[in-house]
Amino acid sequence: MLTDLTIAEARDGLRARKFTARALTEAHLAAIDALNPRLNAFITVTAERALAQADTADAALARGEVAPLTGIPLAVKDLFCTEGVRTTAGSRILSPFVPPYESTVSANLLRDGAVFLGKANLDEFAMGSSNMTSAFGAVENPWKRRQDASAVLVPGGSSGGSAASVAARLAMGATGTDTGGSIRQPASFCGIAGIKPTYGRCSRWGVVAFASSLDHPGPFARTVQDCAILLGSMAGYDPKDSTSADVPVPDFEAACARGVKGLRIGVPREYRAEGMPADIEALWQRGLAWLREAGAETVEIPLPHTKYGLATYYIIAPAEASSNLARYDGVRFGLREDGEDLRDLYERTRAAGFGPEVRRRIMIGTYVLSAGYYDAYYLRAQKVRALVQRDFTDAFAKVDALLTPTTPSAAFAQGENMDDPVKMYLNDVFTVPLNLAGVPGMSVPAGLDANGLPLGLQVIGKPFDEETVFAVAAAIERAADFSARPQIRAGEPS
Amino acid sequence: MSYLIEGSTGTWEVVVGLEVHAQVISQAKLFSGAATEYGAPPNSQVSFVDAAFPGMLPVINRVCVAQAVRTGLGLNAYIHLVSRFDRKNYFYADLPAGYQISQFQHPIVGEGKIEIELADGTTKEIGITRLHLEQDAGKSLHDQHPTKSYIDLNRSGVALMEIVSEPDLRSPEEAGAYLRKLRTILRYLGTCDGNMEEGSMRADVNVSVRQHGEAYRTRCEVKNVNSVRFVMLAIEAEAKRQVAVWESGGVVAQETRLFDVPRGETRSMRSKEDAHDYRYFPDPDLLPLVLDEDWVAALKAGLPELPDAKRARFVSQYGLPVYDAGVLVAEQATADFFEVVAKGRDAKLAANWMMGDFFAALNRTGATIETSPVSADDLGGLIDLIADDTINGRIAKEVLEAMVETGKDAATIVDEKGLRQVTDTGAIDDAVDKVMAANADKVAEFRGGKDKLFGFFVGQVMKAMAGKGNPAMVNEALKRKLP
Repeated sequence: MLTDLTIAEARDGLRARKFTARALTEAHLAAIDALNPRLNAFITVTAERALAQADTADAALARGEVAPLTGIPLAVKDLFCTEGVRTTAGSRILSPFVPPYESTVSANLLRDGAVFLGKANLDEFAMGSSNMTSAFGAVENPWKRRQDASAVLVPGGSSGGSAASVAARLAMGATGTDTGGSIRQPASFCGIAGIKPTYGRCSRWGVVAFASSLDHPGPFARTVQDCAILLGSMAGYDPKDSTSADVPVPDFEAACARGVKGLRIGVPREYRAEGMPADIEALWQRGLAWLREAGAETVEIPLPHTKYGLATYYIIAPAEASSNLARYDGVRFGLREDGEDLRDLYERTRAAGFGPEVRRRIMIGTYVLSAGYYDAYYLRAQKVRALVQRDFTDAFAKVDALLTPTTPSAAFAQGENMDDPVKMYLNDVFTVPLNLAGVPGMSVPAGLDANGLPLGLQVIGKPFDEETVFAVAAAIERAADFSARPQIRAGEPS
Repeated sequence: MSYLIEGSTGTWEVVVGLEVHAQVISQAKLFSGAATEYGAPPNSQVSFVDAAFPGMLPVINRVCVAQAVRTGLGLNAYIHLVSRFDRKNYFYADLPAGYQISQFQHPIVGEGKIEIELADGTTKEIGITRLHLEQDAGKSLHDQHPTKSYIDLNRSGVALMEIVSEPDLRSPEEAGAYLRKLRTILRYLGTCDGNMEEGSMRADVNVSVRQHGEAYRTRCEVKNVNSVRFVMLAIEAEAKRQVAVWESGGVVAQETRLFDVPRGETRSMRSKEDAHDYRYFPDPDLLPLVLDEDWVAALKAGLPELPDAKRARFVSQYGLPVYDAGVLVAEQATADFFEVVAKGRDAKLAANWMMGDFFAALNRTGATIETSPVSADDLGGLIDLIADDTINGRIAKEVLEAMVETGKDAATIVDEKGLRQVTDTGAIDDAVDKVMAANADKVAEFRGGKDKLFGFFVGQVMKAMAGKGNPAMVNEALKRKLP
């Protein structure tokens, strides 16, 4: 089936003219038609555009003009502004918004020949770990519990639609953004690969901002190599983003084949969370064993400020969000609810436009920045953030990469963890420190738990050393030989 | 010359500090590529960044940074090689992002100073606390429609320098002198056009009053005053109001006030309790602004000669009185004009002619130095004719008037009108002889000791010569013949 191919395989097939880009796109559009009503992975499907782009790709292939992604059908998280295509950020407040510009990352993918199938569902403004906060409805995880097939599981979040679409073979890859784990956690929950690159590697220009200092665009795909191919196109210096790094983009795909012989892999003992399922601890140990067998050395390493990561994150991220989301005021674009006067217009528009989780974070953020609380919360959080960063700097003086579980649990069901926001926030405990430090991290599927649900391991690398991350992740991928597939997927009757 | 307010409980001193918002001269805005031209149609100079569309990001404009650094250097101020941009958060319809990007904690320019000149000839040093870069907001128009407000975002994102003075000013006059001096420096540097009518320079005025020997009392801030004269009037009105409050047993509350120009009084805008909590925090979209020391040094080396240095040079190089030098350097264009006129000529004569008849002619015709109907070279030509005795000073005034009217040069006018001075001793002697013959009685009186009559004879001879006699030679001939 065309939908089962990896990006690397499809690329070769297209170049060898074994099938057309149109056929490849049509296969994915058919899968979307069949499964999206159930999975709700896409907010907007752009079938006509996709077919037109596929035809353009076929014409280019016929002329022998090939770019890295010519004809490859992808999903784009609906947080990336796409010119002429509605961009909602999963929020009612942006439901009527059609950007007149294309984000740098999505423009880079189009430059390299990609086909966009549509805009993937997400937690509202990327705030969430379950995709349950989307104003456009929840996304169903295509995986099922072995013992309880009736339970509807969450795909993780915030990039839940991206992860579910790639896992269910509705797209070959997808863009995501990761502010506290929003690529790695859904990748882990959906049994696919996803990388949050170094801060500054991928431009944030044209990506609807959640927390500017923590937001990282990155790719999802079903293999480590495919992620490397996608990141190679997405990455690059962008003078329109002042925090973009002016560094060359290496050949990530080549790095996947490097192997891990002679690498020192750190094992942070602080990631042994209390109450963590035995399956996850066992998988972690297995991952370390695989790396040793492949010639790496594993060493225990301290990351002493890990336990403060989550609290720090939940001060800094809402603080930035409260300011970033001030522009949604009903005056210039998006939803407007008319009012008696300006203040009334603001209040009605924002009350109608923002869901409860977004409102909660705006209020938390406004509070921690307020006069009298700033020093105790925001300023202190910034100091702790510096300590978390130093933990990683110290660790990388001794090791080349770190290996941890991606999440403290497998995918949970809709309704679970919903009674207490803090329970939900705990999902990000292993992923958040990387966002605070800006270091790259990748989730790679490594096994199944007792329920038959996928679990991911997280590879953490030095700033701008995604190559080592890919090398280690690829080694785990080879050793794990992860071949399980979700129950709901293209070609399977749902 | 101290400015004191006589109250019923004693005399009061006024304490003033100014926060001046100066619009940076630059082609593009502080964080976007949109144009900054004044007077463009509404919302025609707005980028998606200025309108705060989703996903848009600010990128600092290098030119604006250079202008701020040059201004800092011109104010003899400390340049911070590392500074930072913060967000100042508040909701308003003409603030698209819901925050203004400003420099709160770490401004680009630190302490500096300005020397002001006062009417009594004394000077005073006024401290500069800081200068920081920030974005301007858009403009709300409430008078275009009975029930709606209109928003013009052309100004949204334009670079401003906020220049904060120490509370060193002690009178409306000092505040006026400070503003004029600051404006002169900014114009010399070409960093702000200083045009208060167009809003490219605005002042917030902090005023408090105190009695002799006291610490500072509570201050009030009078917002957005847009002319030097209004700043002076606002200080006077606000100081008197505060004295009245204190002396009636009241307490001056810290608040923001507005100056009502027609009424000549300030009124409350918002109290301290209603003050916004701006929730300042470092803008995560921007990295700290790090300046290269060599870059700053190059900007310093490229600064023009500034007014104080130019004035000192005019005094030493041209031998001008300090006051005259000060008048000539107040505007760069005037100083440049003067240097052309003075080149190779008697500088004092040049200065006198510029500051006297020439300025009067500009005033009369409503022209400025830039639009002067008489060029600097032509004014120099007129002075040459005086210096080489072609014409005398009285005729020169007549010639200048003709120059202003016709735009012709001095020599042409002198030739056309036959105004050339008579220096032929024979002709002068003849005129003297005729006047003496016609006034034999007066000659007798003079010779009898009535010395005062000498002036009478000068006048008569000049009259006889239609004003064209060389005054020195006429004097000499009379001195020779009369006794």
